[in-house]
Amino acid sequence: MWSWPYTFEILPVLARAALITIEATLLGFFIAAILGLVLAVLRIAIPALAWPISAIVELIRSTPLLIQIFFLFFVFPSFGIVLDAFAAGVLALGLHYGAYCSEVYRAGLEGVHRGQWEASAALNLSPWTTFKDIIIPQAIPPLVPALGNYLVALFKETPLLSAIAVLELMQTAKILGSETFRYTEPMTLVGLFFLVMSLASSALIRTVERVLNRRFLR
Amino acid sequence: MGIRSLVLILALTVAVIAFLATRSAFAIFVVPLLQGAVLTVEIAVLGCVLAVLMAILAAIATLYGPWPARWLAIGYVEIFRGTSALVQLFWLFFVLPQFGLSLEPFTVAVLGLGLNVGAYGAEVVRGAILAVPRGQWEATLALNMTRGQALRRIVLPQAFVGMIPPWGNLFIELLKSTALVSLITLTDLAFKAQQLNQTTMKTVPIFTLVLLMYLAMSLCITIGMRALEHRASRGIVRARAQ
Repeated sequence: MWSWPYTFEILPVLARAALITIEATLLGFFIAAILGLVLAVLRIAIPALAWPISAIVELIRSTPLLIQIFFLFFVFPSFGIVLDAFAAGVLALGLHYGAYCSEVYRAGLEGVHRGQWEASAALNLSPWTTFKDIIIPQAIPPLVPALGNYLVALFKETPLLSAIAVLELMQTAKILGSETFRYTEPMTLVGLFFLVMSLASSALIRTVERVLNRRFLR
Repeated sequence: MGIRSLVLILALTVAVIAFLATRSAFAIFVVPLLQGAVLTVEIAVLGCVLAVLMAILAAIATLYGPWPARWLAIGYVEIFRGTSALVQLFWLFFVLPQFGLSLEPFTVAVLGLGLNVGAYGAEVVRGAILAVPRGQWEATLALNMTRGQALRRIVLPQAFVGMIPPWGNLFIELLKSTALVSLITLTDLAFKAQQLNQTTMKTVPIFTLVLLMYLAMSLCITIGMRALEHRASRGIVRARAQ
């Protein structure tokens, strides 16, 4: 059932595809982390925007990522913006998880003690300085584990990019399978890759959480 | 958000879909998309039932099972939480036939999504059972109950209330994951959307309708779970107040 020569033959091909998967994960999460912070800050800083932003976040969070990927991939060209599959996929991942991350940031920002705001006002700091130097440095470190969990979740969603023919791990495995009619090895290797990476990163997140707890939450 | 405003938003969403259905640019897409939505709902409901069953089984096996059952349950949870839902669906769909086990795409969909969400649910159930105060277990011991009786009559009913909100989130996750089954040849809502998109290239109206339909479905889940939580916690709150 399991052919080792075939396994070793496809391993380099899959390894190259794994790099694309990791690249998409990191780029997507970069967008998500920045976008989430911007949404969360806007929501608190400009009360008029709070309702529309929470509506958009809810809409993004309650509809499937696959549909959003299709939407970006097919809709943008009709506005004259042609994105290649990889860019559209990464953007969709970033938007989807940006919505999730904004909720994490919001919880963190609201978790900063009111007195910190009042003290900053007493010290005559501008709102921007207060945010940059007082609130953000206190709000972000406790959020790192939660953000890390979303990084892992985003990583596990990257196979969806195969639906718009991005040559990431899943798409490569599917192509290998359809060329040789042997799906067992490529699919199992892909599964193992995700399993190992997720287990390793959850262990890493737990370590980071312990370190952060020691340093910030004494 | 309160349950009233959620119902209001749901009503608004349905009204927008109904309004769009009367516009000529959208009307031709509504019926085929609704046909797809029916399959989506079927898969989601069956998947949820399987997920709840698997979660309870795996949680109880992890907490109280003999060691083979415990290791099996831990392995199940780690494998299904550690890999992507799409990888699992493809594995069930493409690899199992090579071992002589060919399943219908519909079965693969329900099995794959149910097992995937069940693994996440197992952690929810485990956490909720552990959150039941120790004194409850000691009381069942004092009343000479067997462990099965204690679980069934005392612990699980109390754990149930705490489980409802996280299960609501998981059901929404499952509903959203049903879009993946379009990639294993099932004609669900996502599949219909793509099919219509390829034949008509009217991307904006099609995907707007699809997003609104998914939104309506997940609002139904949120409202249902809120109502369930409200009902289930009624007795508990009163008992604690006394």
